[in-house]
Amino acid sequence: MAIIDLANPTRFLTLVNRVLPWLAAITLLLFAVGLVRAMNAPDDYQQGATVKIMFLHVPAAWLSMMGWGLMSVAALGTLVWRHPLADVAGKAAAPVGAAFTFICLITGSLWGRPTWGTYWVWDARLTSVLVLFLLYLGVLALYWTAEDPGRGSRAAAVLTLVGAVNIPIIKFSVDWWNTLHQPASILRMGGNAIDPSILWPLLIMALAFTGLFFTLHLAAMRNEILRRRVRSMRIMQAQEARA
Amino acid sequence: MTLGPHADFIVAAYAVTVFVVAGLIAWVVLDYSAQRRILGDLEERGVTRRSQRGDER
Repeated sequence: MAIIDLANPTRFLTLVNRVLPWLAAITLLLFAVGLVRAMNAPDDYQQGATVKIMFLHVPAAWLSMMGWGLMSVAALGTLVWRHPLADVAGKAAAPVGAAFTFICLITGSLWGRPTWGTYWVWDARLTSVLVLFLLYLGVLALYWTAEDPGRGSRAAAVLTLVGAVNIPIIKFSVDWWNTLHQPASILRMGGNAIDPSILWPLLIMALAFTGLFFTLHLAAMRNEILRRRVRSMRIMQAQEARA
Repeated sequence: MTLGPHADFIVAAYAVTVFVVAGLIAWVVLDYSAQRRILGDLEERGVTRRSQRGDER
């Protein structure tokens, strides 16, 4: 099957039905290994056991940004090529991305209280991630409340592309401004600054969360394709009733 | 494994994550069964999509 064939929703559904159980199984396995490694990881010399929150917070933060990146590519597909599957991908990614951003904010807050002495500060990193969460909610509102789904999708795609400006701001906020949030520890010039005993569980948990993201995203895309079929069948039914 | 003096924060972080992920999974699973049920009802009533009519011809 050529890649271009996947642009057909029916073929895409066949592929999703085949891939989804395997992806879910691999994700479960990764979580099992990742959680055992995370629970047995040594305490941090400064933060103690609260470093265990990092195994949730950091993957959720990465995926909150990746979700918006995915939505931005889908938005281009919607606006430039007007491809329905691109719109489906964007719409299905929004609630999943919003949930991961919410996890990032809450776990960060719960990590901040024992580490910094406060749940929240209006520093550049925390504020830009809160803005990302609000942007997710804005996109969801456009998708869910628009009377005409086509117009809602185009408006959501425009907001997604405008909001993409926030992604480099989140990433580099800790370098550009003086923040309470620590600078990058893994993806940084000069290599990572985390001991392997903590780094490996973190990477396995990041893979597990990534698997979870794509499992949920593919499942949500399948639901959205079915929802659109229901809508088109109801329109046909109404047209026949009128004729 | 000991969680130290800040165990409440660690447990709360994991609990919130489990709750949100469980909510997402439930939403996806329930939505799937709802869409399948509605599609089944429509097909039972003889409603078909335009592309299906093309296949039948």
